[in-house]
Amino acid sequence: MFLRRRRRDAESSLVRPAAAIVPRDGVTSRALLMVIAIMTFVAALIVGAVGLVRETATQWRTDMVREVTIQVRPVEGRDIAAEIGKAIEIARSTRGVLNARSLTREETSRLLEPWLGSGLDLNELPLPRLIAVRLAQNVDPDFDSLRAALKKDAAGATLDDHRTWSARLAAVSDAIVIAGFAVLGLVLVATMLSVSFATRGAVATNRAIVEVLHFIGAHDSFVAGTFQRHFLAVGLKGGLIGGGAAALLFAVTGIVPGVLSWMPGGDEAAFLTGQFALDRQGYLGIAGIVVLVALVTTLASRITVRWTLREIE
Amino acid sequence: MVRFENVGLRYGIGPEVLRDVSFEIGPQSFQFLTGPSGAGKTSLLRLLFLSLRPTRGLITLFGNDVLRLGPDDIAALRRRIGIVFQDFRLLDHLTTYENVALPLRVQGRDERSYRAEVIELLHWVGLGDRLHVLPPVLSGGEKQRAAIARALISRPEFLLADEPTGNVDPPLARRLLRLFVELHRSGTAVVLATHDAALMDQHDARRLVLAEGRLHEER
Ligand SMILES: Nc1ncnc2c1ncn2[C@@H]1O[C@H](COP(=O)(O)OP(=O)(O)O)[C@@H](O)[C@H]1O
Ligand SMILES: [Mg+2]
Repeated sequence: MFLRRRRRDAESSLVRPAAAIVPRDGVTSRALLMVIAIMTFVAALIVGAVGLVRETATQWRTDMVREVTIQVRPVEGRDIAAEIGKAIEIARSTRGVLNARSLTREETSRLLEPWLGSGLDLNELPLPRLIAVRLAQNVDPDFDSLRAALKKDAAGATLDDHRTWSARLAAVSDAIVIAGFAVLGLVLVATMLSVSFATRGAVATNRAIVEVLHFIGAHDSFVAGTFQRHFLAVGLKGGLIGGGAAALLFAVTGIVPGVLSWMPGGDEAAFLTGQFALDRQGYLGIAGIVVLVALVTTLASRITVRWTLREIE
Repeated sequence: MVRFENVGLRYGIGPEVLRDVSFEIGPQSFQFLTGPSGAGKTSLLRLLFLSLRPTRGLITLFGNDVLRLGPDDIAALRRRIGIVFQDFRLLDHLTTYENVALPLRVQGRDERSYRAEVIELLHWVGLGDRLHVLPPVLSGGEKQRAAIARALISRPEFLLADEPTGNVDPPLARRLLRLFVELHRSGTAVVLATHDAALMDQHDARRLVLAEGRLHEER
């Protein structure tokens, strides 16, 4: 009964819901929709890419930190094998070290093959030898005392804990994140400017309507609202198109490695494209961008309408 | 209600269109504003509904000096004034009903609260069967009546009409005049700008006459 009444009321409304006070066609255009969609697409790509870079860098750093190496250089008058033995012992007795093992001659020569070529007799060369040290996962290894002990007791042994490497990688990934946000900021500013420009045009085109609204007692905020409606709609629509396209792109590149790995020799390709798989957070970020673009669009149009009205007065 | 003291008006650097205009309009009064075409009737009405500011002199409207009003004060005052424009200024993409309801919509009122009122007024001005027609389809006389209905819908204290009979035949002009007189009797102050002497002869009322930028009164 109640529902039926409500429906009758709605039907007998004489203001067509579609009959906006300012007609949509005079306010927003297909071109603006395209601009907003493209801007959102670019912004979403940036957010996704920045997320991937950060994630990959973090991954690499954890892997890297889980293993360090000790280099033992031959020293005149010392038996290198004995020094290696001592270094391994020192490493094993250090807190946070899981295991330490000397790389065999074959392993070392394989590492050097690209530079020195194969069929080389390492015994003839005074090459440093390497000790791989595996670290426990959740214990902070005591590198300082390890380094000190090596210096004291094992001749020619030095610790390489990848720290410089790791710090450099962190710096690069931070720089990429900052650059990403800077570009994102620029994209949003460009969106605001486009919307602002379109709003000015819309107010100018609909000047006669704005005048009538003022003459019958409309406040500026009401007039701004009649324009803003259209811009919110176009912002959401453009945002969804651009953000949806970006999400789709990430989804497709995320599926590709699974498909590729089934093909002969596809593993390398799978490894490469696998880096582009976005996680849930990434998709949430893209959704956030869509909302942000819609808000920026609405806000830019509101502010512009109010400025323009001030100018007209 | 309205007070003009030595008001002067010029457009840009042009000559003064109005010079030393002084008069008062009381609440619930009725007056014609007359003078030949180009005498400044429309300009004077525009001063009255705050779409122009005087270049000289003092205008007091509902007790406010118009030069001291901010945008929101102006909007608030305009809600107490109904205006019928010489060129109607109906919005072409809205139906007759939507046009007439616009002042109430602008006030943020819910459509259900005024629907019956708008329909009744449209019947009263003889547009009961033109509710859903867009203005470009209306005849001159119908547009005129829609414009009048839009000015009346918010029950203004003060009604300004610019040549409201300029586009209609004499019988309809007489009917519209009766409508304004009836409105005046029900308590609204009315200023009716017209250059039609025959129309003024049908109703005995105060006449504000503009000639060469100056105003004088006849009775
Ligand atoms: N917007 C305007 N800019 C410049 N001059 C104007 C403007 N509006 C009116 N005028 C001039 O002001 C004078 C009075 O015009 P108006 O008030 O429209 O007279 P009326 O309504 O009595 O015919 C005319 O000389 C007209 O040319
Ligand atoms: Mg005129």
